[in-house]
Amino acid sequence: MKDETVYTLKKIGFYTVIFTAVAWILIPIIVSFLYGFTSKADYYDPHMVIPHHYTTEYVRVILFTLGAWDGIKNSTIVATLTIIISFILGIPAGYSIAKFVFPGKDTIKLSIIALRMFPIPVMAIPLIILYIRLHLADTLLGVALAHTAMALPFVVLITSSIFSGVSKEYEEAAMVFGLTRLGSFLKITLPLALPGLAAAAMFTFVMSWNEVFVASVLTLTHRTLPAQILSIMAGSSGGAAPDYYKFAAAFIMTLPAMLFIFFARKYLVTMWGITLK
Amino acid sequence: MVEVKLENVTKRFGNFEAVKGLNLNVKNGEFLVLLGPSGCGKTTTLRMISGLETPTEGKIYFGERDVTYLPPKDRNISMVFQSYAVWPHMTVYENIAFPLRVKKYPKDEIEKRVRWAAELLQIEGLLDRYPGQLSGGQRQRVAVARAIVVEPDVLLMDEPLSNLDAKLRVMMRAELKKLQTKLKVTTIYVTHDQVEAMTMGDQIAVMNQGRLLQVGPPTEVYLKPNSLFVATFIGAPEMNIVDATVVEKEDGPYLEGSGFSLKLPEDFKGLLKDYMGKEVYLGIRPEHMTVKGVSTLEHVSKSAEMEGVVDFVEALGTDTIIHVKVGDNLIKVKLPGHIPLPVGDKIKIEVDLDNIHVFDKKTEKAVI
Repeated sequence: MKDETVYTLKKIGFYTVIFTAVAWILIPIIVSFLYGFTSKADYYDPHMVIPHHYTTEYVRVILFTLGAWDGIKNSTIVATLTIIISFILGIPAGYSIAKFVFPGKDTIKLSIIALRMFPIPVMAIPLIILYIRLHLADTLLGVALAHTAMALPFVVLITSSIFSGVSKEYEEAAMVFGLTRLGSFLKITLPLALPGLAAAAMFTFVMSWNEVFVASVLTLTHRTLPAQILSIMAGSSGGAAPDYYKFAAAFIMTLPAMLFIFFARKYLVTMWGITLK
Repeated sequence: MVEVKLENVTKRFGNFEAVKGLNLNVKNGEFLVLLGPSGCGKTTTLRMISGLETPTEGKIYFGERDVTYLPPKDRNISMVFQSYAVWPHMTVYENIAFPLRVKKYPKDEIEKRVRWAAELLQIEGLLDRYPGQLSGGQRQRVAVARAIVVEPDVLLMDEPLSNLDAKLRVMMRAELKKLQTKLKVTTIYVTHDQVEAMTMGDQIAVMNQGRLLQVGPPTEVYLKPNSLFVATFIGAPEMNIVDATVVEKEDGPYLEGSGFSLKLPEDFKGLLKDYMGKEVYLGIRPEHMTVKGVSTLEHVSKSAEMEGVVDFVEALGTDTIIHVKVGDNLIKVKLPGHIPLPVGDKIKIEVDLDNIHVFDKKTEKAVI
């Protein structure tokens, strides 16, 4: 074979792989976005792949009649609470792991991740019993606490990687030039770590936003969006919902998270400590 | 401006003793260079003076004030870090103004002082930029400006030039020294570069393995090193060190070794009386020798000769360094100018006896 042919084949192979990977992710999203707005007649027409008539009926029904809008509000509250609690607990831990040498540091790091090995269904029943006793069952704070437990290991590890990316000398310089240790953390390290911390916050937000199992177990009337959607779709209101409702529900679930990631994209690289100048 | 005094300062990290019983005096307005190889404890010493580390034992005084356990912010010091540590999220102006803002200077005073420092370091044009937009040399200037803007009692510098390229380093060396002379601030400067130490310091303190070996003005440390380590650490090319034996003959004392026998003047007898018949290290700097018939030693009262064969010639342009095989020893001789001696030539080396060094083989302390 000529060099040119080899080159062309390689290129074709390269783009085939890329195309497949992108299609794998994109096609289900496109399909659910498309059929979530398709009129019933078009949806059931076997000869029609691209529908002609669209409607926002299902989205509206799910949001306002079936309570998904409240779910969105609940989810936002839970995710925000999760971020706040996990940051209050996680930032000092991440900072210590990044900046100090102490005995048992590696063990602690390992055990932080190891806690995530427990399957959540195993913990769900003891958790709900505990919650009922503590009067936390069916409260948003309860869900936020559970989500914090899930997100915290990552918050600790991510923030420690962010803080170790901020040179020790920046902080020392601030101390030499007149600040206390806390002052130099607040005035120098924190602003420098902010893009990374924002990324960690987004990660936590999305994690909480998508979590369905714990939220379903722990709540009944104050459901977060995924739990609410699950109960709508799985048919707590009498039989499974028609397909186009499922697609519309998928749209409602995906869109906020996608928008979120879209804006977070810039910071996601920073989150893993790859670039931090 | 203040005098800095360290008394028996020891610092341990776990079992590792980084600094061992250090005693040091830095006079008011003096430029002291802490010189030593990496890991010798010089940076730890500097960090203890800054307050970023606390000594395990011993005391540190600024004048009469005991600052041993004082946090850095209460010491009125400034520091230039090796990585500059110019904060990337602040403009150059904000960086320089930072120490003033923390100390709550009035607004117009801050403005005035920042301009003054920026002008002194020729970075007036960069005040609105962010550090990310500056070159290494410019960032370095910002770091120095930030350090002098508050007129500190003590200015500390931790290898501030080591990240600059060679040309810039030479330039900044002169500038920093001039700046210090102008401001008359007590300065402690850490470096592993003996050229920096020689050119900048009023006093050089040589450290190795946590110990302070010698303190003195550059010429003294250079000409009268008190130990083998100081002798070989300072000077480029390095001082020649060869094994020798002190021998007493009828016509006076001799230093003998592989391929040479140096006749010493009578007055060396007293200095070497404890070493008769014993092995020692003989140290001769490359510039304290010459090749007979090529050039002559000037202003030398006593000299002796050794024979050797040219092994290699390094032509540096301004100087020539000739590697000479003398017996089993390889001796480097530095001659001014371009001297293309052919390899393999038999030559005679003339040694300046006023500038030879003899070290005890066990303690490695200087005898002469």
